Amino acid sequence: MLFRDEINFILNGRSVTLKDVKANQTLLDFLRLDQRLTGTKEGCAEGDCGACTVLVGRLHNGILKYEVVNACIRFLASVDGCHIVSIEYLAGPNGKLHPVQKAMVEYHGSQCGFCTPGFVMSLYALWMENPLPTKREVEVAIQGNLCRCTGYEPIVRAALSINQFGNAAFDYLNAERDSITMRLLVLRDCKRVIIGPHDNQAILPADVDDLAMILKEKPDAIIIAGSTDVGLWVTKFLRPISPAVFIGHLEGLKVITVTDDTLEIGACVTYSEIQSTLSKVFPHLIQYWDRIAGWQVRNMGTIGGNIAGGSPIGDTPPVLIALKAEVILRNGSTVRNLPLEEFFIDYGLQDRQASDFVYSIRIPRPEANQLDSAYKVSKRREEDISSIAVGISVVLNDGVITACRIAYGGMAATPKRARKAEDALLGTLWNIKAFEAAGIALEHDFSPLSDWRASKEYRMSVSRNLLRRFFLEHNLTTTHPVQLSPV
Amino acid sequence: MTDLVKISGGVYTDHKHDSATKHVTGQAEYCDDILEPIGTLHAYLGVSDVAHAIIKGMDLTAVKAMPGVVGVLTAKDIPGINDISPTGQNDEPVFPTDKIQFYGQPLFAVIATTRDIARRAAKLAVMSYDILPHALDPIAAQDAGYPYVTAPLKLERGDVLLAKKSTQNHIQGRIIIGGQDHMYLEGQIAFAIPGEDDDLIVHCSTQHPSEAQHMVALVMGIPNNAVTVNVRRLGGGFGGKESQMNLFCVVASIAAKKWNRAVKLRPDRDQDMTATGKRHDFVIDYDVSFDDDGRIQAVDNVLAARCGFSSDLSGPVTDRALFHADNAYFYPNVRLVSRPMKTNTVSNTAFRGFGGPQGVLAAERMIEEIAFATGQDTLDVRKINFYGESDRNVTPYHQTIKDNILPRLIEQLENTADYRKRRKVIIDFNKNSQILKKGIALTPVKFGISFTATWYNQAGALIHIYNDGSIHLNHGGTEMGQGLHTKVAQIVADAFQVDFERIKITKTTTEKVPNTSATAASSGTDLNGMAALNAAEQIKERLIDFAASHWKLDKTQIKFNSNMVHIGAECLTFNAFIKLAYIDRIQLSAAGFYKTPDIHWDRAAGKGQPFYYYAYGAACSEVLVDTLTGEYRVERTDILHDVGRSLNPALDIGQVEGAFIQGMGWLTTEELWWDDAGQLRTHAPSTYKIPLASDRPRIFNVNLADWSENRELTIKRSKAVGEPPFMLGISVLEALSMAVASVKNYQKCPRLDTPATPERILMAIERLQGEGE
Repeated sequence: MLFRDEINFILNGRSVTLKDVKANQTLLDFLRLDQRLTGTKEGCAEGDCGACTVLVGRLHNGILKYEVVNACIRFLASVDGCHIVSIEYLAGPNGKLHPVQKAMVEYHGSQCGFCTPGFVMSLYALWMENPLPTKREVEVAIQGNLCRCTGYEPIVRAALSINQFGNAAFDYLNAERDSITMRLLVLRDCKRVIIGPHDNQAILPADVDDLAMILKEKPDAIIIAGSTDVGLWVTKFLRPISPAVFIGHLEGLKVITVTDDTLEIGACVTYSEIQSTLSKVFPHLIQYWDRIAGWQVRNMGTIGGNIAGGSPIGDTPPVLIALKAEVILRNGSTVRNLPLEEFFIDYGLQDRQASDFVYSIRIPRPEANQLDSAYKVSKRREEDISSIAVGISVVLNDGVITACRIAYGGMAATPKRARKAEDALLGTLWNIKAFEAAGIALEHDFSPLSDWRASKEYRMSVSRNLLRRFFLEHNLTTTHPVQLSPV
Repeated sequence: MTDLVKISGGVYTDHKHDSATKHVTGQAEYCDDILEPIGTLHAYLGVSDVAHAIIKGMDLTAVKAMPGVVGVLTAKDIPGINDISPTGQNDEPVFPTDKIQFYGQPLFAVIATTRDIARRAAKLAVMSYDILPHALDPIAAQDAGYPYVTAPLKLERGDVLLAKKSTQNHIQGRIIIGGQDHMYLEGQIAFAIPGEDDDLIVHCSTQHPSEAQHMVALVMGIPNNAVTVNVRRLGGGFGGKESQMNLFCVVASIAAKKWNRAVKLRPDRDQDMTATGKRHDFVIDYDVSFDDDGRIQAVDNVLAARCGFSSDLSGPVTDRALFHADNAYFYPNVRLVSRPMKTNTVSNTAFRGFGGPQGVLAAERMIEEIAFATGQDTLDVRKINFYGESDRNVTPYHQTIKDNILPRLIEQLENTADYRKRRKVIIDFNKNSQILKKGIALTPVKFGISFTATWYNQAGALIHIYNDGSIHLNHGGTEMGQGLHTKVAQIVADAFQVDFERIKITKTTTEKVPNTSATAASSGTDLNGMAALNAAEQIKERLIDFAASHWKLDKTQIKFNSNMVHIGAECLTFNAFIKLAYIDRIQLSAAGFYKTPDIHWDRAAGKGQPFYYYAYGAACSEVLVDTLTGEYRVERTDILHDVGRSLNPALDIGQVEGAFIQGMGWLTTEELWWDDAGQLRTHAPSTYKIPLASDRPRIFNVNLADWSENRELTIKRSKAVGEPPFMLGISVLEALSMAVASVKNYQKCPRLDTPATPERILMAIERLQGEGE
């Protein structure tokens, strides 16, 4: 195995090679402190405000794709082989404003201006993919960008008008796509990267087998996929993360396989990458998915990371458990499968042995007569952590509930099935009484806690009411909408 | 001579924000972007992890021992006075010496070669305390016998007791109003550079450069003239950088002098939100008496506020809550009392509206109570209680309202928003829709303009015209996104009739304009615009005198017009004319000054004319509520707002839209949540939720009352815009309340406390459903 002790990437127009990179060094600090590219701002250093938004271009199956990310929680070591585009590069060498920038100026889209570079980057990424977005598409694209001055109205107006100010021909980055692709291809040498001082070391495995080998040697290593959680360990809690094994680049963990029976999602598939497949196989997750974090975090965060992190308030475990998902763990060359609910043992404790890593998630396709819903309730509707999340799957045969899986997040120390409520429903006729009884049974399933997201009383009430919502949503005689829809 | 050619960027035009291009390209420089001199050090604050305690010991050995640490600062290192109280109350130490008064209180600072090292070292202090019991909210504080942080205010007019006795209907109740974090995107930051003698230059992000200057001088024990404070722009302020920057400025300054190096202090977001003050939470007990038509006869309210451990600006904030406890309504007999309670929390401070919104909220709650009690549409109750235009027009502080335009404004909005018809449709919808419920409300705002501390209502400006005809503009106001610099430059461009682009807008600095007031109380343009105009007019007068004598013409023959100067039949470019004036030794520089006329306030008597004029507005909001979860969405908001004659309609609409959303956030999802230990647990955007783009009303119509003109001689007859529209967000709360009330057929006032999170909405629904008829 050949090692490399440097990382290579393109920063705006320039090729960069760095030898001295610490595992916990963030892309934002590199831009602002080392490169003095101060257009990218630090607003929160936790991936919630978007002031630090930059584009990361990377090759996926040979195609160059640009995505917005939060530079504040993206680690520098993980940008090996990528193209980083910061706000300074957008206007191009002639200094002429990009159509996105022009629209923001013309529509008075900035007031204090501190969040503005981040908004420009998000709107630019949207415009690249979708030059004529709807209002809703704009809102979803800027879910991860906070503005405290404008109330967003002029920003949305600007976003809807970018095409008045120029098309792709005015896009400097578009013109150099091919040359960037070539330059990035050259950087791919498929070598393991080991970089940084001994006590602050970053390792980028060459491939999945290499990862398995590294974890055998270093069972205590911190595995970092999207860094949307571990990033905060560093920026907020100043925790050491060495040795850090970065896996977000591993194509072998980014495989999505759809068969007649199952959907298998590689551990490093991001929320964004799985979105279109999920909405085809599990249409009930379309709305739910838009409520997971903001665009930047959906581009970084992975399904495997959301599970491996073990949080009781993660967005995916409740809905995946309800769908009978299995987690596939690998250790060296050994692979084992586990029903997802069994992976979560207790708060902060998962069934992940030394050197284990999450390889993939496998979800069976829904049965005939299976009714599925996924609900998330949070203080703020979007880009918020759930107070309560629930996945509900019910199989209905001739008006009788013949199978039933209900899993909640936010109700216990782990994402957890509501067994008593399931029992109350199983074998009963489809009617509101059955769901009311299940709601009462929830009291025996859970005794939730109060915190700043929600009180235990609210959690209990809402978890009951969501069963009622499920019944009403799927009941054929319901005439009026029973939940808010995004418009 | 023709007026056809207009200058670019004159008054009453939609000129772009002067920094717009720099914002969108990332070239706008904020304090943290300033190039650091070689050897710059970084400071970080070490804070308490208890809410209330006697300090027994503070062992900083481990802090100092960390490699890269240059030293620490404690109270002992303060050369001058250990106090940064903005109101001179001597109750806010930079670092405490005896007592810890809130969780997260700064205790010391560590200075290191990098910010990262300083942050890590700050966690290594070993504290020993004697823990004391703490009180976090105003009610707990009252129960525990805590003192007021500052003298309460009483406003009284008429005979409340007599009026209560002679009126049939009375309602007593309580509204608990949550605070709000400013959540400016750019956090607090100060960057001090030492100079010769006592000199210090402090770059920072403050709304009040003069106060920061004076505080640094006080704490350093040096005269004000040794300290220069510079501010080019803030990444948002909203009141949170009026007095709160003082701490950061003084700490950076002490360290800069002590080590003779440049020192930067920038807290992370968690520390920013836990160590700096917020909007005051209020608990308001109301007692309203009204006749059978719903006309208010007497109001007898007590307004208690969570002020935190020190007075800061809590005196004027709680005063302003009383000044706005009437909102737009005439109280024939009234008694209002403030209770500025000391609590073991961070010292609360200015925030857009400055106590006013909390006062207004209680007024609107009383309107709601009366509407539910009398079975009326809330708008009808509002209307019969509005101030009159010529009678029923005296406020609780005995100021007569002379400029009331609300009747016309409300009527217009009621029609354009189609309020009556939509309300009927909504009531029908609620009858049929089992789970989702709607509500609608149209609420007014009247907001008094002027600092209630009369002496703050002054401003200065400095204009130079260089001999090439370029203009350098400086004034005492700070730019925090509101477009103040743009508006003032428009005023100067208009005065000289030259293009906006000719004017160089420069950083606010205490070197150019001394003794300025905070850019606050919505007063920025009113005060600084007038001062700049005064400076421009002084220069213009000299230029006209010069031209009249040089060309031997009457002064009326000299006209400035579209970058030209017309002198009788001759016509010169502005540049050529300025060159001639320079050669003729005309002074091309002037300092302008302005003070607001006609205002006075006698706090002891509770009487006077504290406000120069009022700004008005109204909003109509419709909401949709999910009664299973308490979640909601704003379906539509229509706003009609009064900015007098708008200097820049685009910027003014931007202020109205932004203020509305911020006000809505305050009342809906922005929740400050302390745990039992007194630690604020919602202290970053991951836990503290300000509105997103998707929280905007689905339909959002914002208009300025284009027929309005300030009756007072304000700058170009415009009106202040910063704060008043914040209170338009109250329409959302009132609409939510109606939707909640629908579950009990509008029989009961839901008494929603704020913020009305989905949880509070659901709990109110369950409470109403559980109550008997």
